[in-house]
Amino acid sequence: MQDFEKKVLSVKNITRQFGEGCEYCNEDKSNLNRNYCSHCYTIYACRDVSFDLYEGEILGIVGESGSGKSTLVRSLYFEQEVAKGEVYLFSHKEGKENIFNTTSQQKRYLRDYSLGMVYQNPYLGLQMKFSAISNIAQKLIAAGSRNVGQISSCANELLDVVKIEEFRRKDAPSTFSGGMQQRVQIAKALSNNPPVLFLDEVTTGLDLSVQANVLDLIRKIQRDLNISMIIVSHDLGVIKMLANRTLVMLEGCVIESGLTDQILEDPQQPYTQQLVHSLL
Amino acid sequence: MKPLLKIENISKSFTLHNINRYIKACNEVSLVLNKGEFVGITGKSGSGKSTILKSIYRSYLPEKGDIYYDSEKFGYINLYKATERQIIYLRKYEIGYVSQFLKIMPRTTAREVVENAVLEMGYDEIYAKVEAEAILAHFQLDKELWDSYPIIFSGGEKLRLNVAAAMIKKPRLLLLDEPTASLDIASKEKVRSLIEKLKRDGTTMLGIFHDIEFMHGLCDKQYNMEERRLREKKLVPTEMKEASQLSDLRKTI
Ligand SMILES: Nc1ncnc2c1ncn2[C@@H]1O[C@H](COP(=O)(O)OP(=O)(O)OP(=O)(O)O)[C@@H](O)[C@H]1O
Ligand SMILES: Nc1ncnc2c1ncn2[C@@H]1O[C@H](COP(=O)(O)OP(=O)(O)O)[C@@H](O)[C@H]1O
Ligand SMILES: [Mg+2]
Ligand SMILES: [Mg+2]
Ligand SMILES: [Zn+2]
Repeated sequence: MQDFEKKVLSVKNITRQFGEGCEYCNEDKSNLNRNYCSHCYTIYACRDVSFDLYEGEILGIVGESGSGKSTLVRSLYFEQEVAKGEVYLFSHKEGKENIFNTTSQQKRYLRDYSLGMVYQNPYLGLQMKFSAISNIAQKLIAAGSRNVGQISSCANELLDVVKIEEFRRKDAPSTFSGGMQQRVQIAKALSNNPPVLFLDEVTTGLDLSVQANVLDLIRKIQRDLNISMIIVSHDLGVIKMLANRTLVMLEGCVIESGLTDQILEDPQQPYTQQLVHSLL
Repeated sequence: MKPLLKIENISKSFTLHNINRYIKACNEVSLVLNKGEFVGITGKSGSGKSTILKSIYRSYLPEKGDIYYDSEKFGYINLYKATERQIIYLRKYEIGYVSQFLKIMPRTTAREVVENAVLEMGYDEIYAKVEAEAILAHFQLDKELWDSYPIIFSGGEKLRLNVAAAMIKKPRLLLLDEPTASLDIASKEKVRSLIEKLKRDGTTMLGIFHDIEFMHGLCDKQYNMEERRLREKKLVPTEMKEASQLSDLRKTI
């Protein structure tokens, strides 16, 4: 039986600013009406965000467009220049080293071996000109696989999991439907068996039945592989279906967090109440 | 022996910011539930009954008071102070909840619903399949329904499925929010016999009942929600009731 208190990721006080900052920035720090300083117009896309992610858990992050959700997960994936704060990945040196302080080479290594990302926009996650199967192969090679036979069978297995028919696997994802592209992205993100997977608005923009299909897939993968996931969405319905615990973001701040059903049934903050009531 | 659950003076209110309202749902509620007991709560609609169950299950954020629970994993634990991870663990392995409003997972067959409950506890698929079939049969859900989506089920069928999904985990504590509401007599009878069986198996239960007479003879204790508090109702012992029925019967003869 797994330990219920085993952390896989610990995030402390992440702040991501765009701009130099000024002496008045701090005065605005907890202002939930805007995420920028009214003196110098420095944007604080994430402000002092802290949370833990546990083994086998899906953590939901919900908030309106511009609240800082993508900035947060992309910082954790080293997509953006490093934000301020501390991040401990427990598969890396038993969580004793702040991975924001590692070298860029180590960061690349961590991305290739320990993290996975699925983007809203499949153009960010996939090489549209290469075939579906070689997209996956690339990631496997980056994560150290060298045996061609193994790579091919592993890639095919992953495409089985996400239900891409065999006869389409040699086609470029640019010829796929949106739902299929997301499924290929998921297969690619899973290929290095990451202990942590980030999913940023993966169903946004898909039509409802395709959305349902992708969400079911995520739920199944989580259950079968017990991967910890952070799933970002502005859609509370997605969060409700998948997340065990949820963080609510507003103007770069986490304004509320809790068990997902508690957030839905007994929201505390005015913003969260408004969000929940618009769901019903 | 320590009680399985001891609620001490919990209060809960809601502040609805957007419509500027403050609602006090329950006030200084206390209750004791011993191991193996079946305790019933009654009260008017809106009196705060569901609030109590949701507070135990932590769907509502703790406000004031304590809820002590004798956990197999954590020992004597205050549910109002437990971490979210502890609550998730307890929901998975020890505390079951059947909500007043039947929830159904979209695109999940009845069989999958109960299987998933077992799988999330860490059992393998073969065990899950066997247990799932046993419990679906036990709850007398038509075999034709096993592989269909609960969205097409009747109220009674959905309820039986929900109870099955909670029961298959063999929880130490089962919370039931109006499991007989809106059911016809025959379905109610099924729920009653189910509860009877659970009780024989030693499951401790706390249930809200609109029509508590239906549970007569099963309840060990009965509380009524009055003015946002619970009051214990003295139960007429079964024998006395039977004796009086008997004398009534004699009179009519
Ligand atoms: N999540 C909530 N947010 C705001 N108010 C709530 C919430 N839950 C309950 N209330 C309010 O608290 C009071 C008690 O509600 P509760 O659901 O506990 O009643 P109940 O006794 O279960 O009623 P019923 O028999 O209709 O189910 C009501 O005034 C209700 O409107
Ligand atoms: N590169 C950037 N330069 C300036 N501002 C940015 C940049 N990236 C994001 N922001 C700002 O940070 C805030 C959060 O953006 P983002 O993380 O994309 O939000 P979300 O994903 O929640 O929609 C917004 O105010 C956005 O305009
Ligand atoms: Mg975004
Ligand atoms: Mg109720
Ligand atoms: Zn400033």
